[in-house]
Amino acid sequence: MKLNKHFAVAALALAAAVPAAQAHEFWLLPSSTVLSSPGYITIDAAVSNDIFYFNYRPLGIRDNLSITAADGSKVEPESMVQGKLRTVFDANLQAAGTYRLAIANASMMASWKEGGETKRWRGPQAEMADKVPAKADELTIRESVSRLETFVTVGRPTDVKPTGQGLELVPVTHPNDLYEGSPAVFTFVVDGKPAAGIEVEMIRAGTRYRDQLEKITLTTNADGQISHTWQHPGMYYLKAGVTGKSETMENVERRLSYVTTLEVLAQ
Amino acid sequence: MHKPLFLAVGLLAASSAFAAGIEVEIELPRIDVSDYRRPYVAAWLERPDNSVAANLAVWYDVKMRNAEGAKWLKDMRLWWRRTGRDLEQPVDGVTAATRNPGVHKLSFTEGQVPLGKLAAGEYRLVVEASREHGGREVVTVPLQWPPASATRNEVRGEHELGTIAVQLKP
Repeated sequence: MKLNKHFAVAALALAAAVPAAQAHEFWLLPSSTVLSSPGYITIDAAVSNDIFYFNYRPLGIRDNLSITAADGSKVEPESMVQGKLRTVFDANLQAAGTYRLAIANASMMASWKEGGETKRWRGPQAEMADKVPAKADELTIRESVSRLETFVTVGRPTDVKPTGQGLELVPVTHPNDLYEGSPAVFTFVVDGKPAAGIEVEMIRAGTRYRDQLEKITLTTNADGQISHTWQHPGMYYLKAGVTGKSETMENVERRLSYVTTLEVLAQ
Repeated sequence: MHKPLFLAVGLLAASSAFAAGIEVEIELPRIDVSDYRRPYVAAWLERPDNSVAANLAVWYDVKMRNAEGAKWLKDMRLWWRRTGRDLEQPVDGVTAATRNPGVHKLSFTEGQVPLGKLAAGEYRLVVEASREHGGREVVTVPLQWPPASATRNEVRGEHELGTIAVQLKP
């Protein structure tokens, strides 16, 4: 009984962490992004107040993690451990090319009034028709699509193609080919189409050892692109988000978010 | 059957005697630390636009079990970016075992592996060294090809490399 109570508290706390997302960053931190021979990497995954410091909660990973090789084949994560402050897993990268390690989520949230009572539902879009009335008082529906990912290359970098769902970064400059002093260009796409006016934030690791965040804020141009010349090498956290009306569903607000970790190497 | 082969060998020898060449000296300094490991070293020729004209040498731990030595090739990060990641290791006539401290003389002849044929123009010899438990250094020596006369040009490294010299013979 005591154990159950503990679980209930933990579940509540995790649920609370979601609306407070503005205050916390979700991230993946790979042990290496460039490999000269096949082998294991290990990845930390956490939700924290400061990027790349384990100071809040582990990232909950269930069936939403995919590790995809250059040929589209999947690699299963190994030795997954969820600690108090971080989740850790290993990945055995045996093929040449670029791997994409991604945690993708898509869900619908609805609330409405039924006989004076507020009803709420959250779940996949496919189940919505069964669970949510088509017409109801104060019906609001929100779609949320998020992608949290990082890239690791064995040998020569290979193309990264968009999945076509939600907000994504499409490399013009390969994410494993970033260097201090060199410009990088990325395209942001929504459902595979270049998206103008998307705000993109980047923060370099090591904030504990400096006074200012030194956040870089850029907005995608008419072609959906941002261009940036890296002033410092290091691990970078990149976040982008956009809200708007769904084009496929009536009266549905969409919230799209994208986070990636990029390593910028020294010259 | 034998005669034409002899002739061909004779021609090859004759042509190489007249072919221009590059001699490279790579000095690996003696570094007095208890956990010294011989450095990984790469030497290549590149054009002003950073494209690689020739991979001259890559010294790494070629003998490690299961090609484990290749794991740290990326630590020669400039070489890895310029050309290393595009190559299938080991590269014949280019990759070799790591070397002891001292001066190592390498001789390259135009038209032969690994130098090949060089178009006239500006080049630079780049030598990069990366050492386990130690640091990394890149030394660059500019050169003009083909050389009008015999020249020697050298640049001194400060940490992981000693004097890097390029001698050109027309």
